[in-house]
Amino acid sequence: MNRIKQLIRRGEKEDVVRGIAIYLVMIFLVLFLVLPLCTLFLKAFQDKSGEFAGLAQFAKYFQSKSMVYSISHTFFIAAVSTLISVTLAFFFSYSLSRKNVPWKGFFRYIGMIPIFAPTMLLGIALIYLFGNKGIFTALGLQVPLYGKVGIIIAESIYCFPVATTILMVAFSAADNRLYEAAETMGTSAIRKMFTITIPNVKYGLISAIFVAFTYSFTDFGAPSVVGGNYNVLATDVYKQVVGQQNFNMGAVVGIILLFPAILSFAVDRIINKKQNAAISAKSIPYQIKPHRPSDMAATIFCLVITLAMLLFFAVALFASLIKFWPYNLTFTLSNYDLSKISSGNGITAFKNSILIALISAFLGTFVTFLGAYLIEKNQKFKVSRRITYLLSITPLAIPGTVVGLSFIMFFNAPTFKIPFIEGYVLQNPFHIIYGTIWIIVLANMIHFYSVPFSTATTALKRLDKEFETVSESLAVPFYKTLRRVTLPLCTPAICEMWVYFFVNSLVTVSAVVFLFTPTAPIASVAIVSLEGSGQTAPAVAMCMLLLFINLVVRGIYEASQHKKQKSSVSS
Amino acid sequence: MKKIIVMGMIALMTLSTLTGCVTKANAEEGSSTSAGADENVINVYTALEDEQVTDYLEEFKEQNPDVTVNVTRESTGIITSKLLAEKDNPVADVVWGLSATSLLVLAQDDMLEPYAPEGVDRILPEFKDDADVPSWVGIDAWETAFIVNKEVLKSKGIDTVPTSYEDLLDPKYKGLIAMSNPASSGTGLLTVNGILSLYGDEKGWDYLDKLHENVAVYMHSGSQPAKATAAGEYGIGVSFGYRCIQSAEEAGSEICEAVFPSEGSGWDMEANALIKKDNQKEISKKFLDWAISDNIMEKYATNYPIVATGASDNIPEGYSENPLDQLIPDMDFNKAAKDRESILESWTERYDSKSAPKE
Repeated sequence: MNRIKQLIRRGEKEDVVRGIAIYLVMIFLVLFLVLPLCTLFLKAFQDKSGEFAGLAQFAKYFQSKSMVYSISHTFFIAAVSTLISVTLAFFFSYSLSRKNVPWKGFFRYIGMIPIFAPTMLLGIALIYLFGNKGIFTALGLQVPLYGKVGIIIAESIYCFPVATTILMVAFSAADNRLYEAAETMGTSAIRKMFTITIPNVKYGLISAIFVAFTYSFTDFGAPSVVGGNYNVLATDVYKQVVGQQNFNMGAVVGIILLFPAILSFAVDRIINKKQNAAISAKSIPYQIKPHRPSDMAATIFCLVITLAMLLFFAVALFASLIKFWPYNLTFTLSNYDLSKISSGNGITAFKNSILIALISAFLGTFVTFLGAYLIEKNQKFKVSRRITYLLSITPLAIPGTVVGLSFIMFFNAPTFKIPFIEGYVLQNPFHIIYGTIWIIVLANMIHFYSVPFSTATTALKRLDKEFETVSESLAVPFYKTLRRVTLPLCTPAICEMWVYFFVNSLVTVSAVVFLFTPTAPIASVAIVSLEGSGQTAPAVAMCMLLLFINLVVRGIYEASQHKKQKSSVSS
Repeated sequence: MKKIIVMGMIALMTLSTLTGCVTKANAEEGSSTSAGADENVINVYTALEDEQVTDYLEEFKEQNPDVTVNVTRESTGIITSKLLAEKDNPVADVVWGLSATSLLVLAQDDMLEPYAPEGVDRILPEFKDDADVPSWVGIDAWETAFIVNKEVLKSKGIDTVPTSYEDLLDPKYKGLIAMSNPASSGTGLLTVNGILSLYGDEKGWDYLDKLHENVAVYMHSGSQPAKATAAGEYGIGVSFGYRCIQSAEEAGSEICEAVFPSEGSGWDMEANALIKKDNQKEISKKFLDWAISDNIMEKYATNYPIVATGASDNIPEGYSENPLDQLIPDMDFNKAAKDRESILESWTERYDSKSAPKE
C-alpha cells in the first residue's frame, strides 16, 4: 500500500516537472512569437506618434501608386517563379525516384546547393552570367536581366531545392500494385502519368507550390541585387523601415506579406490531414523498371539541371577570385580579406554569424525537441499541449521579413503604454537584448522553429508508446527513459534539426536585416550593404565563405549518417 | 490539484515580472538614457565611404586602444532617417562625415549639441556652422561627377563622351545611365539639389523628367552607379568625384573616364557633430577633436581635393586644377535642408518605380 502511494506521489512530482516544462515552452512561444506579432498589428493601426489611426495607414498605402504596383509585381514574380521551379523540381524528383538514373546521390546533393548560400549570391551570379558584361551576354544571349527576369530566375533556383525535397517525399510513397494493374490492362505511359502518378503526388505538389510561392513572395536577397527599379514588397518593407524608418508603413506591408503565407499554411494543414490516409499498410514500394529512352531523357534532364547549378556557383567562385570583372581577370585572394571590408568589421561580422548559427542551432534544437517531446509523450495537460502545438507550427506561416519586423517593433520599444491607464507605462524587460546577438538568435529560433519541430514530432511518433508505459510501471522516472531510450533513438533526427537550424541561421537575411546593430554586425547583412555600395566582389567572397561552411557542416552530417547506417547494417 | 499549483506558480511568476516592470511614465525617460554613459564605448554614425572609414579610423584606434568604436556606416539618406527616428532616445554619440544638408535637418530638429572641437579656428568659415560654438563642423566637400564607360558606349555605336548635364539628355544614351537614388544616397540628393539650384525649381524638375527617360536604374548608394558602370553594366554613372576617379582608375583609363559636368557640380560638405544627449561622454568630444586634427585632415585630402582647411596643395590625381571653380557657386544648404523632405517626396512619387507604368 505504501509502495503504491509512493508511486503515485512520484508520478505527481513528475507531472509537476513536466507541467512546468510545457508551460515554459508555451511561455517562450507566447513571448517571442505572439507578443511581437501583436505589436506588429498594433503598429499598422497607429500613426507615427503612436496614436490610434484606424485604417489610415492602409489607406495611405493603397493611395501610393508605386506601392500598389509592388503588390502586382510581387504576385507576378511569385507565380512565375513557382511555376518554373515546381515544374523543374517535379521532373527532377520524378527522374530521381521513378527512373533508372545513374549518380542519383550526386544529382540530389548538387540540386540542394542553393539552400546553403544567401540568396544574394544567386542574384550576383546572374549578373556575371547575364549582365551587360556577363558570360552569356558576351556569347550573344541578350537577356533584360535587371527587373522581373532576373528576380524570376533567381527565385526559381532558390525555390528549386525545397520543392524537390517535398516532391521526393511525395514520389517515394507510391503503391506499385496500381502500376502492375495498369500494366496488365495495357495502359499507356502518358495515361499512367495522369491517372496514377500525378494524382498520387497531388498533395505533395500542392504543398510544393504553396511553399515555393511563399518563398519567392517574401524573399529579399535576390530582388535587392537584380531587381533594378522593379519594386517588390520585400524591398518595399526594407525601404520603408531601414530607409525611411517608417515603422508603421513597414507594419502595413508586413501584414500584406502575411496573406499568401497564411493561405499556404492553411492549405498545407488540410493536405497534411488528408495525406496520412493515402498510403495503406499493404502498399508495395514502387519498383523502377528500366526503359532506355525515358531513362536517357531523365538522365540528360538531371545532368542539365545540375550543370546549370554548378555553373552558377562556379561563376561566383571565379568572380570572387579575380581582381576586377570584366577588365582585369588576374587571380587574387584580396576579396577574401575580411579585415578590409564593412568599416573594418568584416571579421567580427563573420565570427558573429558563426557564433549566432551555433547558438541558434543548440538552443533551437533543445527547445523544439523538448516541446515536441512534451507534447508527444504526455497524456496530461491536454489544453496547454494543444496550444503549444498550434504555436509551434505557426512560424511556418510567418515570413522572415515579418519575424524581423515584429521583433524590432517589440524589442526596440523601451516601454509600452498600458491601455486606459494614464501616467504609467509598462517597462519592456526584453529591451536589453536589443542590439545584442541574442535578439538575432531568438529571431532565428522562432523563424525556423516549425520544420525541426515537425522532424522531432515525426521521430517521436515512430517510437513505441510502450517505452513510456513500461518505464512508468517500473517506476523509472521519465527523464531516465528520456536519456536512456528516447534520446539515443532520436539522435539522427536531432542531428538533422541541428543542421537545419545552423544552415538557415547562417545565411538568412530577411529577418535579421532589421535586427542587426553596429555592436553586433553579421555576415549576411554585411553582404547586403557591400552589394549596396557596389563592392560586388567582396560580397561574393563573403557569400562563398558562408556557403563553404554550410557545405562542410552538411558534409560532416551526411558522413556521420552514412557511417551509422553502415554500422547498423553490419551489426 | 497539481494543475492548480502549476497554474498558480506561473501566474505568480508572470505577475511579479510585470509589476516590476510598471513605472511612472516620466520617471522612465531619465533612467533609460543614463545606461549609455560608458566612456570606453563610442557609437559613431557615418556616411563616409567604407574603405575610407577603415583607413581613417586606424589612427584613432591606435591612440585610444581601450575604446570600442561601434561604427554604423550606411548611405546618407539611411543614416539621416535613422538619426531622426532615434531622436527621443539617441544611440549615436557623434556623427562623422555626414552631409551638411542632413546635419542642418538635425539642427532644425534641435538634435545637435554645439561643440567647438580643438583647432576649429583652422576650419574655413563657410565650412562650419556660423554660431560662436558651432553645431556642426565640416571636413571636406564632395561633388557630382560622371563616370563614362567608353567601351560600353562604343559597343552601342557611340563614340562621344558626355561632358555636361545637357549631354545626358541625348536620346542616344537612353537606358545607359545609372544614377543614385536621392532618398537613400547623399550623392543622389546633392545632384538633384545642384540641378534644382542650377536650373531653378520649375526647369529643374523638367530637366529631371527628361533625364528620367534616359536613366536605366536608380541605385541605393552614391558609389554603386560608378562601380557598376566601371564593371561594364552601364554606359554612364552619375556619381561623385572621388568614386568616379577611383573606379575609372580601377577599370583602366582606356575603358573608363571620370567627367565633371561643365555646368558645374552640385556639392555638399561632409561634416561632424555631437548628438544632444543627457549624458555626454568625454570620449565623444575627444573623437570630434581628433576628426579635424592635422593628421586626419591630410588623410581626407588624399581622397578629396577640397578639405575644410582650404583646397589642399596636392590635388589628388584626376581632379581639375581649380576644384573650387567646379562647384555650383551659391548652393543654399539651409534651403536644401528645409526642403529635403518635400523634394524627396516628389522625387519618389515621380520616379521611384520606373518600370511600373509600362506594365
